[in-house]
Amino acid sequence: MLEEILKKYEVVIGLEVHAQLKTKTKLMSAAANVYGAPPNSAVSTPCTGMPGALPTLNKEAVAVAVQMGLALDCEIQPVSIFSRKHYFYPDLPKGYQISQYDRPYALKGGVSFFYNNERKTINLTRIHLEEDAGKNLHFDDRGISLVDLNRSSVPLIEIVSEPEIRSPLEAAAYLKALRLVLRYLDICDGNLEEGNFRCDANVSLRIRGASAFGTRVELKNINSFRNLEKAINYEIERQHQVIEAQEKVIQETRLWDADKNKSISMRSKEEAADYRYFPEPDLLPLRISSAYIETQKRKLPELPMARMARFVEDYARSPYDAEVLCASVDLANYFEVVAKSAGDFTMASNFIQTNVLAKIANVETDFKSFYPDAKALGDLLLKVIDKTLSLNMAKEVFEEMLSSKKLASQIIQEKNLFQVTDEGALKVALQKVLDENPGQLTDYRSGKDKLFGFFMGQAQKALQGKASPAVLKGLLERMLKGE
Amino acid sequence: MGRLVDLKKAYADKKTSPRETLLDLFKRIEKLNPKLNAYLEIFKEEALKASDNPRAGSLSGIPIGIKDMISIEGHELNASSKILKGYRAPRSATVTEKLANAGAIFTGRLNCDEFAMGSSNENTSFGPVLNPNDLSRTAGGSSGGSAAAVRADLCVGSLGTDTGGSIRLPAAFCGTVGLKPTYGRVSRSGVIAFASSLDQVGPLADDAQDTAEIFQVIAGRDERDATTLPVATGDYVGAAKIGNLKGLKVGLPKEYFVKGGLSPDIEKLTQQSIEALKKEGAVFSEVSLPHTDYGIAVYYLVATAEAASNLSRYDGIRYGKRAKDFKSMKDLIVKTRSEGFGAEVKRRIMLGTFALSSGYFDAYYSKAQFVRSKIQQEFLDAFQKVDVIFAPVSPTTAFKIGEKSSDPLQMYLCDIYTVCVNLAGLPALSFPIGDDAKGLPVGAQFIGAPFAEETLFSALAGFEKAAPYKRRSLEC
Repeated sequence: MLEEILKKYEVVIGLEVHAQLKTKTKLMSAAANVYGAPPNSAVSTPCTGMPGALPTLNKEAVAVAVQMGLALDCEIQPVSIFSRKHYFYPDLPKGYQISQYDRPYALKGGVSFFYNNERKTINLTRIHLEEDAGKNLHFDDRGISLVDLNRSSVPLIEIVSEPEIRSPLEAAAYLKALRLVLRYLDICDGNLEEGNFRCDANVSLRIRGASAFGTRVELKNINSFRNLEKAINYEIERQHQVIEAQEKVIQETRLWDADKNKSISMRSKEEAADYRYFPEPDLLPLRISSAYIETQKRKLPELPMARMARFVEDYARSPYDAEVLCASVDLANYFEVVAKSAGDFTMASNFIQTNVLAKIANVETDFKSFYPDAKALGDLLLKVIDKTLSLNMAKEVFEEMLSSKKLASQIIQEKNLFQVTDEGALKVALQKVLDENPGQLTDYRSGKDKLFGFFMGQAQKALQGKASPAVLKGLLERMLKGE
Repeated sequence: MGRLVDLKKAYADKKTSPRETLLDLFKRIEKLNPKLNAYLEIFKEEALKASDNPRAGSLSGIPIGIKDMISIEGHELNASSKILKGYRAPRSATVTEKLANAGAIFTGRLNCDEFAMGSSNENTSFGPVLNPNDLSRTAGGSSGGSAAAVRADLCVGSLGTDTGGSIRLPAAFCGTVGLKPTYGRVSRSGVIAFASSLDQVGPLADDAQDTAEIFQVIAGRDERDATTLPVATGDYVGAAKIGNLKGLKVGLPKEYFVKGGLSPDIEKLTQQSIEALKKEGAVFSEVSLPHTDYGIAVYYLVATAEAASNLSRYDGIRYGKRAKDFKSMKDLIVKTRSEGFGAEVKRRIMLGTFALSSGYFDAYYSKAQFVRSKIQQEFLDAFQKVDVIFAPVSPTTAFKIGEKSSDPLQMYLCDIYTVCVNLAGLPALSFPIGDDAKGLPVGAQFIGAPFAEETLFSALAGFEKAAPYKRRSLEC
């Protein structure tokens, strides 16, 4: 269905992403910026809208916002302006949100990522800094609603892309790349489910080859990467139906309902609120000097795309490998230490991807306490390289290291592990296997090639798995040929 | 009660004690306040307790009244509005914190126009303030309680707020001195906002020295108010003591002295004041402020737009009044605001909301800000030529209660000589220059360049020596 539609139509997607910044205090008040504290315990007079309370801009929030702008190659504006965006809602204590409107602090820039093994860049329109609202909590059973203002005035940056995304998968790739930059900078947790990372999608369709955009629809309430794809897919099909029925797509905001797998109309353009923006008179214009920008630039870590490119270059990885290994700073660091100490980059990459990542549920957090740590794993792989262990044996030692927290060398010594490469000993064992299984031997010789593995397995079993697979294999081949 | 500086001396000479002073003061308040309605609440017990052992400082034991727009920790704060009934300030404003640290004793909360919106102190939920010079007349607004209390000796000095003349007009109507400081000189933190880009807190007292003593304490940069500027404070007390008019270049804006602009008595007293200043060596010249005519229009667009925004927070959700019998969240907010705000406040919220609406923003708010910058530039140009500008405060003396309350536009025109100062962010010092034929005080103002408060105090001190204002003793 979708493929058919996309043969005739092109989908045009732009994303508006809100990222909560992990600062010590809030954007406009000295209250702590914490998640999960008891309701209304992390508040002060400005973020609860007390009479006479004035906003004071958090310098740390400006610093990290500027870092994000620099990480995405934005043009940091020497002067930007905070405005008030007005609407009445119980979770908005001042009756307005302080946000940058027509003069944001960062313009242009872009987000780059590997897509289908190629480097792709989606350009940005802008990034602006604003404060979050509180939360309304509804207790239907008690017939009451309560307000929690802990989130009120938590700093947010809104990153707005150009409408350059052309598929739901590309949208997800863009969003992941953006999140990775935030995580590399360690300025946002990037968790869609917890709401510290939020995404709205503007979606429209046009006949392929058309230059004008179709009418766009804004999708809200997308709380996972899967739902981003699903919501856009649903919207493509919905708009397609409207267009094919010779009707007009209405400019509106639609809410994605993840339980029902559909979106519902929230408001049309005509019903859109008049936010009555005007420059916030309680704050001076935000001035950012070029010296300040240089200072923030020096604080930037190596960014994901640069690191991936370096992994391709320095460690001869494919873009795919590089992407997997750069999924978090901790993972990338882990790989680099293992690769350098083992000296075999491919082995390090493969071992980490197949064995280590199988044990890691969260690449962001789990490496902090993971054992075997990079040094220990590097030492283990050295034992494969010096042929003390086969790769299979190394996997067993790895499992043992996980549970016992011992060093590889210790386990090898305790279990008296070594790889048997002596052809004489292996030949005796193999001969015994062939002698004990005459039926299989006859079958093998009449063409059942698969039985090669059976003989290998039996021999390894007899040798407690210590046989060097390579030596054993060569010997068996020769013996079966009757040499 | 007398002057602040005299009281300081009396304390120093042990002629009287803060406790004796406050006992007398509260006696007087209890006698006169029922007539004047200057105080909404008195802090008698707390003040007397504090008077036993006042904190040391430049205002140690000095009784100061505070306009009901300024937070004092633990005390109710209403902005003279029903919508804030029951609200207690969780922390003090920077200015009251500074006064308390300097040893001042707060006498109580002073009546004002609701959210400081008004020129006569009639727009209050708690009854108008009456003028101590004539109880049938208004005390001026919005800081009517602050001016009336000083004039009637119900405190030694007070704090008011001035958004478009709210300190200077009541000071003129009641016969006191009042300072509207440079925008950014005094912290607004903890002060209920009316129009954020115009509001300033300032002192009211009997004369230049008393006013300077209070201003010296409250002036200065504050981390809690981003719009306060890192400009060093001056020696205001020193300037007000010395006073010097010799060679002072005084500008007279020709637009402020058009024929028929002032009532004849005010015109006469103003001319006499100019002569007195000249005699002491001040050099007068004409300056031009051609956009003055647009002042009222610009002011009522900017002030109402900001007010509509600032008053959004009074929604009945977190504090103050909440309407009963609401059907929904929206209904709760609409009902609370409909019941809680007075007519003038609602009028300004409507005006301001309209001025900021999409489609009207450019024609009204942006245009107003553009003209505002012209007004500001004209003043700055004038201050290239002169040290201060001398101007009237009001076209008339205090008018009768109810005389203008049915005609908002007439009421807005009271501010014609005051609003441009706020639009330009300048300091201006209002002071009495005499009484009209009815015995009502007439005021004038010195307007200064940004942060030139020292110059203003020095000019006023000089004027006070040249033409001292003879205060009638008032028995109300």
